[in-house]
Amino acid sequence: MLQVESLRKSFDGFLAVEDARLTVEKGEIVAVIGPNGAGKTTLFKLITGHLKPDAGRILFQENEISGLPPYEVCRKGISLSFQVVNVFSRMSVFENIQVAVLSHQNKTKRLFSPAEKHGVEETEEILRNVGLMDRADRVSGSLSHGDQKVLEIAIALGNRPELLILDEPTAGMSPEETSVTIDLIHRLTSDLGLTILFCEHDMELVFSIAHRIMVMQHGRSIIQADPETVRRNEDVQTAYLGGT
Amino acid sequence: MQKGSFSWKRIWPYAALFIALLFLPMALSRFYVYITAVIFVTALLAMSLNIVVGHGGLYQFHHAAFYGVGAYTFALILTKTDLPVWIAFAAAPVAAALTGLLIGWFCVRLSKLYFGMLQISLGSLLWAIVFRWYSLTGGDDGIHGISIPDAIGTINRSYYFILLVLAACVVVMYMIYRSPFGKTLQAIRDNPERCEAVGIHVRRHQLLGIVVATFFAGIAGVLFVVVEGSVFPDLLFWVLSLEVFIMCLLGGWFTFAGPILGAAITVSLRTFVGTYTEYWTLILGVILILLIFFLPEGVMGFIIDRVQGKKTLEE
Repeated sequence: MLQVESLRKSFDGFLAVEDARLTVEKGEIVAVIGPNGAGKTTLFKLITGHLKPDAGRILFQENEISGLPPYEVCRKGISLSFQVVNVFSRMSVFENIQVAVLSHQNKTKRLFSPAEKHGVEETEEILRNVGLMDRADRVSGSLSHGDQKVLEIAIALGNRPELLILDEPTAGMSPEETSVTIDLIHRLTSDLGLTILFCEHDMELVFSIAHRIMVMQHGRSIIQADPETVRRNEDVQTAYLGGT
Repeated sequence: MQKGSFSWKRIWPYAALFIALLFLPMALSRFYVYITAVIFVTALLAMSLNIVVGHGGLYQFHHAAFYGVGAYTFALILTKTDLPVWIAFAAAPVAAALTGLLIGWFCVRLSKLYFGMLQISLGSLLWAIVFRWYSLTGGDDGIHGISIPDAIGTINRSYYFILLVLAACVVVMYMIYRSPFGKTLQAIRDNPERCEAVGIHVRRHQLLGIVVATFFAGIAGVLFVVVEGSVFPDLLFWVLSLEVFIMCLLGGWFTFAGPILGAAITVSLRTFVGTYTEYWTLILGVILILLIFFLPEGVMGFIIDRVQGKKTLEE
């Protein structure tokens, strides 16, 4: 479904991503791991069009998408949930998701009919799915950090993506919130048939839910394989897992 | 958020206000009717600006340029051509919106302050043209004694006309405010990066917002001519743009009706303090400083906060 081939990106001479390779098949949960500064977030932003690659190719469903602006990448079926909470802080939780739904339904240029008549069912379905229904009318800026991270994912779902990219979905969450989020990720793949690509520092989480894992170091992909192979791989152990 | 919005309970205060305003000319002297009409015109201008500033998060620094284009288009068609009056009424907002489209097309390519700076430059260019083109615009003299149709010619008649147009525009702007487009614009204000990530073409929506806002600014320009019977280059001067911007901040730029309040306060200050001292802007400045410290959400924002705070306490 998604293929990243020898992707490269530098910022003012600093090579953030040097040679990233990645494949994601439909229905999979793929994790990207690596030490801080390995280039995971940069890789995700390259895929979603927030950054333009210097070299390499990104194919999504056999179409080249590298270099497209974010709104076009999104329209092709890839949604990103940001690492740092990035919501519409003055709007309600409901409206936050509704905006994404309206965008998906191509209704954002309707001037004269009230917004509460559009995309309500879809928005409520997502609210139920992620468990934010009881907080729908709250101003999103007033939510707890954990809830805002869940809202992040919920907004990304508003576009009915085929591939959902989660940049550290559980960063800063309490253990209870983390387990709820893991549940959510499982349900998204099993019930909605979503394909998920995510990165995460919590190794336990990564090895428990990922079907395949890609390991990055210094902007390069070292390996992409199933969790067992990755765990046994020597390069990975020296580079990242510290021999455990 | 209110669902199932159109209930009489919510509308009757506004309907009552509207009816009260209909009877106002009977209770007030000509001068006060005139001042109220000026407040209405300015309120429409401020509200049109707030579509892009308060709801769209754009630094629309030279909104008066479009107001001026509307006013001049109306005035020029009335004085220089034999076209029917309704064409003048229709052409003015369209001309303003087209100017908005043209200037906006360049501006949305830049972000934040650069957007505002480019707009000041392009708007000032328009002002310079109007100021210098004596044969067409009358230059710095402007055009005076424009004959307004009899039906809206007297001060009371123009008051009613302006009130009706303002009411209609407020209803339409409110519809836009609550529409999917309005929500999208507010989302862009809050977080343009995130909007791109959910598939929204940010620039295109900003441009559409500018076109809508400048259209209403053009209508305000027409109303200005109706009440004053003249046009002059100051209408396109950046100082007026700044004043209107301040009205939005003063009234509460995150609220829908705030700019009306801001316009009323500013016009009243200019009229009543302005008779005592020409330094009335000094007082406006002091008010603005106090505002920034004590009411950062504007007067209307403050009132709404209070009312809603009360409601949540009662619950």
